Amino acid sequence: MAYLTLQGIEKRFGPARVIKGIDLAIEQGEFVVFVGPSGCGKSTLLRLIAGLEHIDGGTLRLDDRDITHLPSSKRDLAMVFQSYALYPHMSVYENMSFALKLAKADPAVIAGKVARAARILNLTEYLERTPKELSGGQRQRVAIGRAIVRAPKVFLFDEPLSNLDAALRGQTRIEIAKLHRDLGATTIYVTHDQVEAMTLADRVVVLRDGQIEQIGTPLELYDRPANQFVAQFIGTPQMNVVPAAQIPALEAILGQSLQAGGFVGLRPESLRLEPAQGALLQGTVELVEALGAETLIYVTTAQGAQLVARQNERTPLRAGDRVGIQIDTAAAHLFDAQGRITRTGQTQAAPTP
Amino acid sequence: MTHPRSNLATYLLRTLAAWLVTLLLFFPLGWLVLTAFKTELQAISVPPLLLFTPTLENFSIVQERSDYLLYAQNSLITSVVSTLLGLALAFPAAYSMAYFKGPRTKDILMWMLSTKMMPAVGALVPVYVLAQGAGLLDSRTGLVIIFTLSNLPIMVWMLYSHLKDIPGEILEAAGMDGATLWQEFRQVLLPLSMGGLASTGLLCLVLSWNEAFWSLNLSAAKAGTLATLIASYSSPEGLFWSKLSAASLMAIAPIVVFGWFSQKQLVQGLTFGAVK
Repeated sequence: MAYLTLQGIEKRFGPARVIKGIDLAIEQGEFVVFVGPSGCGKSTLLRLIAGLEHIDGGTLRLDDRDITHLPSSKRDLAMVFQSYALYPHMSVYENMSFALKLAKADPAVIAGKVARAARILNLTEYLERTPKELSGGQRQRVAIGRAIVRAPKVFLFDEPLSNLDAALRGQTRIEIAKLHRDLGATTIYVTHDQVEAMTLADRVVVLRDGQIEQIGTPLELYDRPANQFVAQFIGTPQMNVVPAAQIPALEAILGQSLQAGGFVGLRPESLRLEPAQGALLQGTVELVEALGAETLIYVTTAQGAQLVARQNERTPLRAGDRVGIQIDTAAAHLFDAQGRITRTGQTQAAPTP
Repeated sequence: MTHPRSNLATYLLRTLAAWLVTLLLFFPLGWLVLTAFKTELQAISVPPLLLFTPTLENFSIVQERSDYLLYAQNSLITSVVSTLLGLALAFPAAYSMAYFKGPRTKDILMWMLSTKMMPAVGALVPVYVLAQGAGLLDSRTGLVIIFTLSNLPIMVWMLYSHLKDIPGEILEAAGMDGATLWQEFRQVLLPLSMGGLASTGLLCLVLSWNEAFWSLNLSAAKAGTLATLIASYSSPEGLFWSKLSAASLMAIAPIVVFGWFSQKQLVQGLTFGAVK
């Protein structure tokens, strides 16, 4: 039996079903990320687990106990909110010790736990300040500190990094990963940023429209997407997905006839650009993005298909140049007209050390 | 900023306008203070006297003729009790409207406010009959009830707009931290809404203290407030300007002093939510 189990969890807002029967099992110590576009229900699902919204159907079990209709104060979960939601009238110390004080813990024990959490999060010198005297990053750490002081059964994070600037976001992401490694606490993390999902998660749950599209490790999702939606959601830049009809040369390249109305999915790294002469597939360079370590080249084919290629070498190509496009056929994914996968492309095996 | 000359003109005009408005607002009050220290003859002299020997006899006559302290006590008790009662009723109402918004919440708020748009005299007869039937005529209890009810819409509105600015996530965080509803209220919501409660309470204290319509109609010698004391000097037997002024001054002095010390909270409350 898994640690946290969701069985047929449903949520309605009026006549609208926003969560449509979610089944999910989360093991103890696992870091699970809910990811999806805005409006997919990922935050609502987290709030259902937290007890902040009423569950309209299904059961929620934590550590062999039915908590479906328990108030959030009795669930023994801790949440880090997007807005941090610190208590503005309390000092950092009081913020972090609030839960333990409510639980009537021994003051000496509280002081010890807060001191330890403050040390981990570099907050020791700010304990006497109030939240409004702190920077965004520090507030974020207080919010995390408030959660870890309690040692709850599960940590819930609701888009905790979205109010930070890019540099701080990257840094805090690494800190959260380290924290999880050190504490080994079961964690559910909601984000719309697939990079956060890929870097933090043991397992990623991709949600769309109140339903689970796919569950898997980050690389499983990248290499073997269950459908076109997941294929395009995971990975930057996005996987190229074009109607098969737009690349007539593809049948010849793949050596297999394509389903009518189907789509071809090509990761940017599985495209190679070559001189135009004699190439089966030709196109015009629209835009070159030189990022230093990698270069992204946007190409439009004669049939109007828009493709992006990624390469590690720099390029002399410029907008307007004619190029040939070579496709790593083994890596091509094929989808039917409904977006379901019909052929999973191969990925290079990791080099054995 | 490029035309210093026209800037100076605007500045002077603005200053002049500000002084004019201030004087206009202050004049009745200033005249009242002056008249309170005149004899009845000086008070009605034409042209009005600006220089005169002040006298305190009006104040002693007012205290002699009618028991000032009884009226003051009535005013104090009715306004304080009705304000506390009003806060106790309005806070939970505002709380549920701010954090558990339903599809009709806005309508209910509008409806509450609309009761203040009806002239009070429209409800006079039914309220009078009800008060009579309940034996609440000329009683402090009756006045407390009517003051509370008439201020309730404003209190709910003010507290609602204050609570709306406290993010619900802070309360949710308290719940996640294991707080019961009472602990959430006592340790998080109450400290955070102290400012709103203070400004709402202050405003309603002032409104109840100055309330004249209901106290004139529902009370007399026993439960009468200072407003009724003032009115008693404008009687069919004659108008006693200087005594009326002395009584008014004695009636408004406590609330003016009180308002002076709490004006910061008052202004904050009245403009709360106007600017982010």
